[in-house]
Amino acid sequence: MMARLTRLVVDAYMLVFFAYLFLPLVIMAIPAFNTSPYPRVWPFDGVTLDWFVRLAADDAMLYGLRNSLWIGILVVAVSVPVGLAGAVVLQQIDSRVRPLFHLVTIAPVLVPGVIIGISTVIFWRDLTLSAGTKTLYNGVFLTVLGQSSFISAYCMLLFTARLQRFDRAQEEAAFDLGASHTQVFLGILLPFMRPAILSAAVLAFLSSFENYNTTTFAILADRTLTTVLAGQVRQGTTPAVSALAVVIIVATVLFSVLLEWMGRRRAKRAQAQG
Amino acid sequence: MISVATGHRLLVALPFVLVALIWGWLAFERRLAALPPRAGFFRRNGWPVGIYLILAVALWLLGMVVLPQLFMVELSFRPKLPFNQLGGPRDVYTLENYRYFLFGSPTSTESWNTVHLRAFATTILSAIFIAGFNLLLCYPIAFYMAQGATGARLRLLLLLLIAPYWVNEILRAFAFRVIFASSGLLNTVLLGAGLIAAPIDFIGRDIALFSGLIYAYTLLMVFPLYNALDNVEAAQIEAARDLGAPWWHIHLFVVVPAAKAGIASGCTLVFMLATGALAAPLVLGGPSAMRFTPIVYDRFYQVFNWPQGAAYAFVLLVACLVVVVAGLRLLRLNLTDTAR
Repeated sequence: MMARLTRLVVDAYMLVFFAYLFLPLVIMAIPAFNTSPYPRVWPFDGVTLDWFVRLAADDAMLYGLRNSLWIGILVVAVSVPVGLAGAVVLQQIDSRVRPLFHLVTIAPVLVPGVIIGISTVIFWRDLTLSAGTKTLYNGVFLTVLGQSSFISAYCMLLFTARLQRFDRAQEEAAFDLGASHTQVFLGILLPFMRPAILSAAVLAFLSSFENYNTTTFAILADRTLTTVLAGQVRQGTTPAVSALAVVIIVATVLFSVLLEWMGRRRAKRAQAQG
Repeated sequence: MISVATGHRLLVALPFVLVALIWGWLAFERRLAALPPRAGFFRRNGWPVGIYLILAVALWLLGMVVLPQLFMVELSFRPKLPFNQLGGPRDVYTLENYRYFLFGSPTSTESWNTVHLRAFATTILSAIFIAGFNLLLCYPIAFYMAQGATGARLRLLLLLLIAPYWVNEILRAFAFRVIFASSGLLNTVLLGAGLIAAPIDFIGRDIALFSGLIYAYTLLMVFPLYNALDNVEAAQIEAARDLGAPWWHIHLFVVVPAAKAGIASGCTLVFMLATGALAAPLVLGGPSAMRFTPIVYDRFYQVFNWPQGAAYAFVLLVACLVVVVAGLRLLRLNLTDTAR
């Protein structure tokens, strides 16, 4: 009796919790299909897909999207190798300074994003000012650096978790067979890290794509999708924002399903081999 | 008084000096203890890989983390000057930006800067509240995932939890605007049902902002909490139950102490992010609710006073660290424990 009651309470709480997580997203999506000229769920005036057409023709958004994709790719290219190096160094560093090293690497995750953006801009402004050249004082470049400072730390955390399961005997065996350090790194460590590298790349790209706090400072006069979006949401909105939300949600769901499916397939293959 | 150019050189030298000092101290201690020298870094990794590791980590920690922070702090001690006078004779170190934060004027100390100080206090206090609220909200879910759910059900729960996180902060704030606006869903429903006579101003009363902030950081509480509770031995809980402890005893005196570090890291994360939140206050903040982060933003892009903005950002950072370290002290934890 007691056990059944507990179960009921747990299930009810789960239901409420997930409703709380997903209902706002569903509600936000509805105005995308409503003909009403401002984002409104009810009264529902009529079904339309016009807002999606409007969205596809929005040049500012498309420009921002292109910048966001570029920045995302560059952030992956910077933070995956940097995070990997950080994880390897963390493992090798003298145990007495390891806590300090760990703290410095984790700091950018804890520091508020606006402060990272501000400090990146100030540093590069002063640096380019004293160097007398403004070529590097560029929104996209600064955004990539600002975002990479904490996204590298995310990647490092993933790599550290994977490295802990690395069997050093594999390396020893390769050295005994006459492999060079570089060969061991490329031929043994990297293949072992492959799953972690893939998930780090996905995490890095998505974190970059959805970032606002750091980007809004570091991007200077340029624009990304999130800063364009923020501008539109602030000055009274159009249902085109809802349409964009629908696109993002659908893309996210498809992507999660794809990842889940790939994960299952890999697990199955590993089982078949093992 | 040292000039700005010298100041910059000192700043760049500082981290190198610190690294050299630490390295020397380590070598010295090793010699004192008569330990054999460690296998060299390059001996262990080879030259190409060794250079990659050193360069990547140095560029990251110096170029993206430490030096930018130092330069921001340095700028906060300089006056606001037109572009062509930067580094000139009037560019000297001063406390005027901090004076402005406290007293509302760069020179006089007569009256307090109540607007900014109040916004500052509100921001910190409400972030503490949001972290606490999220802890209570997420604890049951995290506990169930860690100790109750298994296999396919657990995977599904994790997937469901991660999905909404990829909808960005601005859209999440926008969702709450659709719900809480004066002609929004909630008011329409309440009016239609005859429960209220006139629309409630949810945005002006900060209800929208608090809901939006709590919602935005829920997931960042669930995951650290889930990790921590996952490491609590089921046998311990079982033992307490067999000894006849009531359920709330089990949670308060067995599970929570064992999961202390994870609880602290979840709270730290949510607290820091909620203090630094920018999108939600911009989109959902009412006219009366001044938050500190939008004020910092305005220093840069409305008032165009960067040194003052840097000072405000530094004050925010220090306040965050003080609150987090004080909270951890209460729990007898270190800052490094939260990063696990």
